[in-house]
Amino acid sequence: MTASGNPSSDELRLAPVQTHHVRKPLNHDSAVKHVSGTAAYIDDIPEPIGTLHLAPGWARDVVRGRIRSLDLEPVRKAPGVVAVLTANDIPGINDCSAALGDDPVLAETDILFYGQVIFLVIAETRDQARRAARLAQLVTDPLTPIITAEDAVAADITVLPDYQFRRGSPETGMTAAEHKLAGVFHIGGQEHFYLEGQIAMAIPQEDGGVFVHSSTQHPTEVQHTVAKVLGVPDAAVTTEIRRMGGGFGGKESQANQWAALAALAATRTGRTCKLRLDRDDDMIMTGKRHDFRVEWQAGYDGEGRIRAVDMHFLARCGYSADLSLGVNDRTMFHADSSYFYPDALIRSRRLRTDTCSNTAFRGFGGPQGMLSAERMIDAIAIHLGKDPLEIRKLNFYDESRNLTPYGMPVEEHEVLHDLTAQLEASSHYWERRKQVKEFNAVSPVLKKGLALTPVKFGISFTLKHLNQAGALVHLYTDGSVHLNHGGTEMGQGLYQKVAQVVADEFGVTLDKVRITATNTSKVPNTGPTAASSGTDLNAMAARNAAHAIKARLVEYLSEAYGCPTDLIGFHNNQVRIADRVIPLKQAAKEAHLARIQLSHAGFYATPKITWDRDSATGRPFYYFAYGASCAEVTVDIMTGEMTIDRVDLLHDVGHSINPAIDIGQIEGGFVQGMGWLTTEELVWDDAGRLRTHAPSTYKIPAAADIPADFRVNLYESKGNPQETIYRSKAVGEPPVMLANSVFCAITDAIASLNPGVVPDLNAPATPEAIMKAVQAIRAGKGGAE
Amino acid sequence: MRDTIRFLKNGEVIELANVGPTDTLLDYLRLDRRETGTKEGCGEGDCGACTVAIGRLVEGRLSYSPVNSCIQLLAMIDGTELVTVEDLTSDGKLHPVQRAMAELNGSQCGFCTPGFVMSLFTLYHAEGMSRSRKAVTEWIAGNLCRCTGYRPIIDAALESCFDAADDAFAWRATETRDKLRQLADSRDIFIGDSSRFLASPASLDGLAALYQQHPDATLVAGATDVGLWITKHLRDLPKVIWLGRIEGMNRIEDTPAGLLIGATVTYQSAEGAIQRLSPDLGELWSRIGSKQVRASGTIGGNIANGSPIGDTPPALIALGTTLELQDTVNSRALALEDYFLDYGKQDRRPGEFVTGLFVPRPDANQIFRCYKISKRFDQDISSVMGAFLFTVIGGTITEARIAYGGMAATPRRAKGAETALINAQLEDPSTWGAAMKALMSDYTPLSDMRASASYRMETARALLAKALMEASGSDPSGLRLRPAFSAPEEPGAPDTLEAAE
Repeated sequence: MTASGNPSSDELRLAPVQTHHVRKPLNHDSAVKHVSGTAAYIDDIPEPIGTLHLAPGWARDVVRGRIRSLDLEPVRKAPGVVAVLTANDIPGINDCSAALGDDPVLAETDILFYGQVIFLVIAETRDQARRAARLAQLVTDPLTPIITAEDAVAADITVLPDYQFRRGSPETGMTAAEHKLAGVFHIGGQEHFYLEGQIAMAIPQEDGGVFVHSSTQHPTEVQHTVAKVLGVPDAAVTTEIRRMGGGFGGKESQANQWAALAALAATRTGRTCKLRLDRDDDMIMTGKRHDFRVEWQAGYDGEGRIRAVDMHFLARCGYSADLSLGVNDRTMFHADSSYFYPDALIRSRRLRTDTCSNTAFRGFGGPQGMLSAERMIDAIAIHLGKDPLEIRKLNFYDESRNLTPYGMPVEEHEVLHDLTAQLEASSHYWERRKQVKEFNAVSPVLKKGLALTPVKFGISFTLKHLNQAGALVHLYTDGSVHLNHGGTEMGQGLYQKVAQVVADEFGVTLDKVRITATNTSKVPNTGPTAASSGTDLNAMAARNAAHAIKARLVEYLSEAYGCPTDLIGFHNNQVRIADRVIPLKQAAKEAHLARIQLSHAGFYATPKITWDRDSATGRPFYYFAYGASCAEVTVDIMTGEMTIDRVDLLHDVGHSINPAIDIGQIEGGFVQGMGWLTTEELVWDDAGRLRTHAPSTYKIPAAADIPADFRVNLYESKGNPQETIYRSKAVGEPPVMLANSVFCAITDAIASLNPGVVPDLNAPATPEAIMKAVQAIRAGKGGAE
Repeated sequence: MRDTIRFLKNGEVIELANVGPTDTLLDYLRLDRRETGTKEGCGEGDCGACTVAIGRLVEGRLSYSPVNSCIQLLAMIDGTELVTVEDLTSDGKLHPVQRAMAELNGSQCGFCTPGFVMSLFTLYHAEGMSRSRKAVTEWIAGNLCRCTGYRPIIDAALESCFDAADDAFAWRATETRDKLRQLADSRDIFIGDSSRFLASPASLDGLAALYQQHPDATLVAGATDVGLWITKHLRDLPKVIWLGRIEGMNRIEDTPAGLLIGATVTYQSAEGAIQRLSPDLGELWSRIGSKQVRASGTIGGNIANGSPIGDTPPALIALGTTLELQDTVNSRALALEDYFLDYGKQDRRPGEFVTGLFVPRPDANQIFRCYKISKRFDQDISSVMGAFLFTVIGGTITEARIAYGGMAATPRRAKGAETALINAQLEDPSTWGAAMKALMSDYTPLSDMRASASYRMETARALLAKALMEASGSDPSGLRLRPAFSAPEEPGAPDTLEAAE
C-alpha cells in the first residue's frame, strides 16, 4: 500500500477489473423501497416497548435575554410527562459544537438567539411532550439583539477572526485601471428544507453506553458529541444511520444537538427516547445557508479585462462559529468564479448575530462567492455596453493566466473553455440573444433576459484532515459481500455508486453486495459526508478493501491451482482460474478452509492536498469540477413576477460512475440553487424572530417552477486528470451554482430597461426584489458606480 | 345514530370506535396501524409527504382524490376507500406509477416519494385527462421534492398516468363501488359524550339542532385550516362537528344567473362550474392551495371561518357574491364583503352557520379579471390579490366592483377607485388616473413576510392598470407571463371531479 492507501500496481499482478456496473445508469439502490414506502427512516424504525418521546422547550417571545427565572412545574405536572431536563442535568460538557465549544445543548444563563432550547421534555407520547413544552413560566431580562449583518458591522462583533487573500497589489491595480466600478450586493440565506426533519432515537446500552439512530451526515461527530455531553468514552457510544430524508449540509453539524438530547434522556430514564422536531421548530432552531453583504470593487480595461478586484464578504454567521470558518473560506476560494484576477484582495468578516447559527449548505459558501463574481462581470459588461458572455470569456483562466488568488493553478482551464463553447453553440446563445433583443423592443410589459454562466468548483475539504475515509468489507463463504463505509446516504446515491464499484471489484452481481447502514462501530473516525466528496473518498476506501481481500484470494488460488495471478479473473459471481471456472462462493469457502482472511478495513486519503491556512499557501483542492448553464427568463415589469423559460446545462463529472444518478444530482442541484436565488426568502421581523418557518411561508420550488424547457447533458470528458475513482468527478455541490445563470438572466432582463445602468438586484430575486430593481433602474439608479 | 366511523381499506371494511374529535388520519396510520410508508413532512398540509388517496363515489363512479393526511381528521374518511402507499404493491409487484417512479429515477432521498406516488395514483385514476406537462405539474403542485428537481417525476407521471387504468383498484372497482354504497348511510354520527365529541350530522336540521345545543363546537368542513389549529397551534377542540355528510350542503347549481354553491362544496368539485363562469377565476382556482387542499378545502369553510389567507373572497366579492347563513329558526343572506368585519372577526351569530353562497354570472356588458401575485406560482398565499368587474357600455365604464386581498385586514372593496372609474373611457388611459390615485387612499397595507406595504400598494395599482389594459383590448399574452388558459385545455378534465356524494 502507498501512503494514501492506494494499492500499488506492483504488489501483485492482478487481471484488470471488468466493469459491469460502473458507468451504468442504474437506479438508486433504494428506489423500489422508496416508491413502496418500505424504505425505513428513523421515525419508521419499530420503537422498543416503553419508548419515550421528547420535545424541546424554548421561549417563543425572547430573541436575546438573560434568564431571570424558569418555572418548570407546570411542565412537570402536564399529562404524560416523565421528566424535564435542563442544563444542570448534563453530566458531561454542555456543548454540541463541531469544534469551538460555543453551542450549548441547553441554555444556561442566557438566551442567545430566537429558538434556543432551554429545557427538554420527556413524555409518554410525542403529543404530550409538545403540549407540555409550551407550559414553562420563563422570565427574562431582554437584551437588544443584533440581527442583520449591518447591525453586526456597527457593533463590530464577529465569531471568528477576519481572514484575507491578497495577490499582487490590488491598490496599485485599481488605481492604474482604465475603469473602475464598485457596488454593494446582498445575498440571502437558504433553509435546507430536507423533507425528513431532524430526528434521533437513543437506546440505552449496558455500562452507561448508548446506541443512537441519528439522521446525520456526520455520524462520528454525533458519536463524539454524545460521548462528550454524557461524559462517557467515545467507545461507549455507537451512531447509526441507514438513510436520511435529505441533508444538503443541514445535518452535518446540526444533527448533534438532537442526538445528544435523545441520548441524555435515554441514559436518564433507562428507556429508549426519540426526538423528532416539528417542522417549525426545525426551521427556527437550526442553521441555514449564510447570508451576505458583499462590497466589491473592480478595476478593468476598455475591453472589460479585469485588472484588480477588492471583494469584501460580510457574512451573517449567527450566534456561534459552527462551520463558519470553512464556509467563509470557501466563499473566498470561489470569489473568482472562473475568472483570473491579476491583483486581488479578497476579504472576509464572520459576523456574529443573535440569530440561529448558520451552517453548511450544499456549496458551503461557494455559491455566494461565485454569484458575487458574476455580479461584478455583469456590471462591467453593462457599463461597457457589451454582452456579459463576452466579458466572462475574456476573463476566463487560460494557459498564461491560470493562477487563483490563493495560489493554486487552474490545471484544466481548457475544459472551462471547451465546455462553455459547446454550451454556447448547443444553446444557440447568440441567435437567442438577438431574439431576446427583438422581443424586448416590442414588448412593453414583459421583458426577456438571457445569461450563460460558468461553474468551477474546488473539490476537497479545505480542512485537510477530513479528506480521509474508511470502509469495511467482508466476503462471506456463500459468495455474498457485506459492504460498509463511513459515507452516509441522504439521497445522493452514494451507497449505490460504492456498491457498483465493489461489485465490479469482486466480479459479482449487485444482488450479492449487501449495503449496510453507516455505523461508527464498523468504520470509526470518519469525516462528514459533505464537500461533494462522498464517492471520491468512500468508493476508493471500499475498493481498496475489496481489492485487498481479492488480492489474498488470488494469491491463495494461484498457489492452490498453480496458476499465475494475472490469469485469475472475477466476473458474474465466478472466478476464472486460467481455463477453469469456479463459483466465487467455492473460492471463498476454499480460502476460508485454508484460513485466509476474507475481511478488510479499507482506507483512503486524498493525495496532493497541501493547503496551509495560516500562510494561505498550497493546494486546497485535489481538482475542480466544471459546468455551464444558459438560462432564459421573462420578467413582468409591472409586478416583478418571473418565469424561467428555458435552461440548458452542461456539466463535467469526469467519467461518470452512474450517469443516471449524476444527472439527478445536476438537475436537483440546479433547481435547489434556482430556489435560493428566486422564491426562497428568509424573513426576520424587527424583533429578530424568523417569520418564515414552515412551507406555508417559505417557498422552495414546486414542479411548475422548473424550466418549461430543461436540457441537461453530461460533458464528454476525457476523464478526471487526477487519479480519482474510475476518473470520475464529484457532483453533489457544483450544480447548485449552475443556477447563477437564472439570477444573471433576470439581471439581464431588467438591464434592458435602461442600457448602461446596472440593475440593483439582490438575491433572492422575489417579485418584490425585482420590482425594487425595476423602479430603481427606471429612476436611473444602479447597483454599481 | 352511529358511534363509529367506517371505511374501506384494501378491500376490507374497517370500523373504528373511540375516534377522538381531533384525531388525525396520519397519526392513525403511523401510530395506531404502524403503517409508516406515509410520512410527516410539515404537519400543515403544505409539502404533500403525507398524501394518501381517498376513493369516493361521484355520480356513481369511483373517483380518487389526493389528500394531506396530516391535517385530515380521521373521522373525515367515513364512507370512503382509504388508499395508502402500502396498498399499491400487490404480491410484491409494483403499481405502474411506482414502477415508473423507480425506473425513471423519480426518487433520491425517497422521503417525499410515497406522497408523490399517491398523488400520481390519483392522476392515474383520473378520467379524461390528456397527457401534458401542465396537467402533471398542476396535479403535483402540492408535493414538494427537495432532491430531484422534479423533472424525472414529471417524466414518470407522463409515462404512467395517462393510459386507461389497469391495476388492482380498477379490476375490483365494481366490488369497491358496492361496498361504498353499503357504507353510505344517512345516520348521524356521534362519538363521545356531551363534553367531548366528534359528530357528523347527516342533515341540515340535525346540524342546526346540534349546533344550537353546542354553539361552542367547532364546525369543520375540509379541515385545511382547522387541521392546523390542531397540529400547529395544539388547540384543544373538545367538540367537533364535521359537515361533510350533510345532505344537500354540497350542491352546485349552475344557472344562467350564476352559481349556487353549497357550503361543503370543495374547491375541486366546483372547478368545472367556476371555469365556465370565468376563465380568469378558473385560473385562480387552479392556484388555490394544491390538488390536495382543493380536494378537501371548501369555499364555504374558507369564508365561514374568515381565514385571512383566502384567495377566493376578493374575486367573489368583485363578482357580487352573496352569502347564505342560517340557524335553527332563521336564514339570511348578506353581501360577502359585509360578512368580513375585521381581522379574524365575521358577522356570524352564535348557532348560525354558512349554508352556501351565490355567485352572479357576469353579463355581456361586464368584464371580469383577477390576478394573484405570490412569491411562488403554485401553492402559495398571495401577497396581493386583485379582482375587477367592469360594467362597460359603449366603451365607458358605468360601474366598477374592485376588491383586493392582502391590502387590509380583510378582503375589501376599493370604494374610492370604484367611484373614480365611473365614466372612465377604456380607450383613453388618461381617464384611468383618478382611480389609480384613489387606490392610494382606499388601502393602508401592512408589511409582513410575504411583501412590504410599498410593494403591495405598487402592485395593487399595477393590477388595476393591467385589468384596464386588458379590458380595453390589449393582448393578454403581452401582459401576462402565463395567460389564463392560453394552451388548449384537457377536454372535460374538471368534470370528472364533481361534488362528492
